[in-house]
Amino acid sequence: MRSSRTLSWVMKKKAMSKIPSSEITPEHIYLSRRAFMRGVGALAAGSLLLGACAATEPTTDVPDDLQVSADTDELGDTLTSYAAITNYNNYYEFSTDKEAVARFARDFRTSPWEVAVGGLVRHPQTFDVSDLQRRFGSEERIYRLRCVEGWSMVIPWVGFPLAALLQEVEPEASAQYVRMETIYDPQQMPGQNNQWYNWPYIEGLRLDEAMHDLTLLATGIYGKALTPQNGAPVRLVVPWKYGFKSIKSIVRIDLVETMPTSLWMLAAPHEYGFYANVNPDVPHPRWSQSTERRIGESGRRPTLPFNGYAEQVAELYTGMDLKQFF
Amino acid sequence: MHGLSHVPSYVQRHWLTLVTHTAVLVSLGWLGWQYGAHQLGVNPIQELTFRTGKSALILLVLSLTCTPLHTLFGIKRILVLRRPLGLYAFLYASLHFLIFVGLDYGFDATLIGQEIVEKRYILVGLTALVLLVPLAVTSTRGWMRRLGKNWKRLHRIVYGAALLAVLHYLWVVKSDIREPLLYGGVIVVLLVLRLPPVRRMVQRWRDYRVADKELRVQPPTADQ
Repeated sequence: MRSSRTLSWVMKKKAMSKIPSSEITPEHIYLSRRAFMRGVGALAAGSLLLGACAATEPTTDVPDDLQVSADTDELGDTLTSYAAITNYNNYYEFSTDKEAVARFARDFRTSPWEVAVGGLVRHPQTFDVSDLQRRFGSEERIYRLRCVEGWSMVIPWVGFPLAALLQEVEPEASAQYVRMETIYDPQQMPGQNNQWYNWPYIEGLRLDEAMHDLTLLATGIYGKALTPQNGAPVRLVVPWKYGFKSIKSIVRIDLVETMPTSLWMLAAPHEYGFYANVNPDVPHPRWSQSTERRIGESGRRPTLPFNGYAEQVAELYTGMDLKQFF
Repeated sequence: MHGLSHVPSYVQRHWLTLVTHTAVLVSLGWLGWQYGAHQLGVNPIQELTFRTGKSALILLVLSLTCTPLHTLFGIKRILVLRRPLGLYAFLYASLHFLIFVGLDYGFDATLIGQEIVEKRYILVGLTALVLLVPLAVTSTRGWMRRLGKNWKRLHRIVYGAALLAVLHYLWVVKSDIREPLLYGGVIVVLLVLRLPPVRRMVQRWRDYRVADKELRVQPPTADQ
């Protein structure tokens, strides 16, 4: 009650005093104000509706001749659908929006394509991608892929072990690490104009990791050639490490003496280490590393050490503090 | 106004409010339908979390825009939107939180507790939501009357909540922080515009502009 009395007192006082010129609105201002109000209303409504309407239509057609030898991985986890694998891609060279990558990558030229292998090797060579299958064969590998962002998939890759290619070029005794590089082509990859990152994408492995039988150079999924959004024509797959280690659309492989610095190590050194082994005990400031969401499932499942490949790879890290070397 | 003569006067008077309610409720219903019909893409829970969070922030910023628009430009009728926009922001923020604890973490208290302790962005976001609770509760006319002058003081908390929401957003993006910074910049500008000296300055400038324009209006001449 008291406040309403105060209010009427204020109004009376205002009515008595002289009205300043600022309170009298000229007609043209009054009219433009109405137009402005309409604009504000439309803008507010528009921004909300726009947020609600982001297109989520799959942009890649699913071929009807997919080939796969099993419905699950060795743990009994169901394969992720081809549609999900080809429409949800972390590939910043094309877009930071995972569901827009397929659209931006649609016309990416993957042929002709050469991969130059050099550095500390006895026989540096340039491989034509169309020759890789003939020279190194190809096999199906069903692997879990765990992204550092807390989601995962099960993917039937087609490819060959990186070790086969490395043996061909014969690393010298001084070679300790493998450094890999993605194509740099901002004309075709609009994301490479984004100055936040130090392009081209660089990744690396310790030589023993690179020589491990699980480490794959993939050229296909579900029995089909890799799609550009999945890293065509040739990409790395290291199933016990977070997905960002598995560099896509490779043009250079060098054997080097010192640990390569990856794009993500440069971008955020406290968040992304060189090893990046899947480890539920090393937390990340943004995403849960103790749990993950398997694409196609609701809810969460626990994340396994080394993404479930501990039996095969844990011995590579004997004696290392994996919390320090994350 | 001839063409609008058949429109009920209620609609003419309250179209801004009606547009606001319609826009928010239609987009909320649309989001719900998209989730139900599996139209939210490959990672629907994450999409739902992003969309509700973003909408909450947009609505909060819009609710903060009303008062400066009135004090600086004399747009009085926009003031009625403060409460619905603020309450809808709270609704979206609550949905955002419920999706996180329920849909995403299945109400697993241990896991949720661990995440809140471990991740600063969750702690900050949660604080922003908690700060909005008393504001939503005291948004009624009854509470405005009961709290008197203190109501205004209490509701200044909204700026704290908005800045914490931006910090929450800033910490959750991977590395390109331009968008959260944009929201933060807008909020800081809105806050600065409310400071009495700045407000007086802008009002003086506006008065000057209006007077200037009036002086420059020329009578039409024969050759025009």
